Amino acid sequence: MASPPGLFARELAGLDIPALALASAQAGPEQVDAVLRRAAAAGRGATARGDAGGRLGLEDLAVLLSPAATGRLEELAQLAQATTLRRFGRAVRLFAPLYVSNACLSSCTYCGFAKGLAVVRRTLTAEEAAAEAQLLVDRGFRHLLLVSGEHRVEVSADYLVEIVERLRPFVSSISIETQTWSDDTYARLVAAGLEGAIHYQETYDRERYAQVHVAGWKRDYDRRLASFETAAGAGVRRLGLGVLLGLAPDWRADVLAMAAHAAFLARRFWRTEVSVALPRIKPSASGFPPTVVVGDAEFVQAHAALRLFEPDAVISLSTREPAALRDGLVRIAVTTMSAGSSTEPGGYGRPGTAQEQFSISDERSPADIAAMLVAAGYEPVWKDAFPLVDAAG
Amino acid sequence: MTQQVTPARPQEATREEPATPGRPGGATGATGSALAAAAALVGEDPFRVAGTTYLSRLLVGTGKFASHQVMRDALIASGADIVTVALRRVDLSRAGEGDVLDFVPAGMTLLPNTSGALDAAEALRLARLGRAATGTGLVKLEVTPDPRTLAPDPIETLRAAELMVADGFTVLPYCSADPVLARRLEEAGCATVMPLGSWIGSNRGLRTRDAIEAIVETAGIPVVVDAGLGAPSDAAEAMEIGADAVLVNTAIAISADPVAMARAFALATLAGRLARLAGRARAGGATEASASSPLTGFLGSTSGSGAPSGGAV
Repeated sequence: MASPPGLFARELAGLDIPALALASAQAGPEQVDAVLRRAAAAGRGATARGDAGGRLGLEDLAVLLSPAATGRLEELAQLAQATTLRRFGRAVRLFAPLYVSNACLSSCTYCGFAKGLAVVRRTLTAEEAAAEAQLLVDRGFRHLLLVSGEHRVEVSADYLVEIVERLRPFVSSISIETQTWSDDTYARLVAAGLEGAIHYQETYDRERYAQVHVAGWKRDYDRRLASFETAAGAGVRRLGLGVLLGLAPDWRADVLAMAAHAAFLARRFWRTEVSVALPRIKPSASGFPPTVVVGDAEFVQAHAALRLFEPDAVISLSTREPAALRDGLVRIAVTTMSAGSSTEPGGYGRPGTAQEQFSISDERSPADIAAMLVAAGYEPVWKDAFPLVDAAG
Repeated sequence: MTQQVTPARPQEATREEPATPGRPGGATGATGSALAAAAALVGEDPFRVAGTTYLSRLLVGTGKFASHQVMRDALIASGADIVTVALRRVDLSRAGEGDVLDFVPAGMTLLPNTSGALDAAEALRLARLGRAATGTGLVKLEVTPDPRTLAPDPIETLRAAELMVADGFTVLPYCSADPVLARRLEEAGCATVMPLGSWIGSNRGLRTRDAIEAIVETAGIPVVVDAGLGAPSDAAEAMEIGADAVLVNTAIAISADPVAMARAFALATLAGRLARLAGRARAGGATEASASSPLTGFLGSTSGSGAPSGGAV
């Protein structure tokens, strides 16, 4: 049973991403030069008449993502840094994932939680989740992301509402990264105090999507793609997009489609904060090998290009990436990051009791990450939110 | 030299009405310099908001700084009396352990703001939390539902202003540069209006100049140009066209040397104010000249038939 296409699915159908990706592959140095000059002019506020505020289009993004632009990476990074500073200042928001369950009824070939994998499963009780949250608050966090596999029985709407209500008094900002929900459930979660929802599309390539999402709720491409429309309509105010680099053969096509999605959401749901992330495939219990390897230079290039395309987007970077890369990207484009993450349910209080989703690379503690930011000239922002529902409510 | 004109030390910054602002002792005369005279002006020309007198006409924000310590140093260097803090960044559970409020210099007037609020109800809830937490009834009202421009929502801002005034707040609303909205906010009982110069953080300067001029002409409450002032010259321009004060954050915070930039803004704000009080000469058209004595001055000095009156005939 596939869902009907949502609003963005219809817009995406008209965009011809493969043609843009081809243009990216074939872009020449003159085109790169022209787009960089235009981006620099927009940064100075010196946009030509008719330039619509100097915003770059998808065609420009394709050029910035091109192999030809990899050779101009330093300039690209400098422009991105100036843009990030102007919009976000010298401040980086910190958050922690709180894995509440690794139970899953979906079969996604790249994931360590996939149904059928013989791994130790665990779903925290609401009390256990609150205890984990308290540990994270003690480490400084005020923004938490509740993460789970897709299991409608073990991780039900009621279950999540209960956890959000329990955490609300002492956690400033609560987001979820779970299965997608109906508008009723999003509305209940918002009423309980939910601020954000993260639903990575993983890949916007329908064919590839069908190959890796073998069974389960997540197999429905269109339902997943439309989930932000449902969530934003129900009052979710922070939306998190992402593609899993290494999943589809053409990573540039996925970044382009995600950028188009982010721009669409920013336009259509103009009150929401849109964030983007580019996780790269990591070793996990699935043993899934990446289809393509996105190199570090291209990875940095993609972040810088996204910053110039969408100057206002929050760009998020997880502990999947090694310390040196995280330290570098925070100076260029990244504005929010996790720290000291555990990807197994209950892993903060008692690590090693359940299967982790993937192994992290940056194992520094939250305090170490904060110290790194300070040394780099950035303020670690632990709290950037206020109560969304009355304490009594 | 800059120390001389830093308008006030924080601890002597504010006083209650009816203050009779006096000349700071010995600031003029001794040197007779322009800077000392400017410093003297600060005492003679205070900035009044809702019955309280402030010496500095530069208000500063606390976001986007590299660290709380750099922020604190820049706040002190700015000589500002009023400092605005985003309530969503305030963490009472961390009070005394590095929360942003711990770094606001003593003696500065805290102006909590409601940034992040999407509508009037959220702004009011946030303002009440802020009042409970900080004990001040001052609030910088910000309703900025569009994260792209952070442009103020004029409708929700007016609604929130009415609700807040009714609830006893002293309301300083960040608003669109719109003369009618400014009048409506004044009628609603706001203590100031704070129209934007350009989008927050854009550093694009006084793009709303014509509208600000119209607001200044009609406003019965102080006009504080807020947002977008990217360089000290922008602050001076806003003051020259009659703004009562300016609020600056990003341009100081992301400068390579926030402390020096804070001083530069303090001087520019003062220079702009001096120019306003001096009566800036009107700029002429590109091909327009004006003689220093009237060309028709000879009329009336000649007697007889050429005179237009002709009553003697």
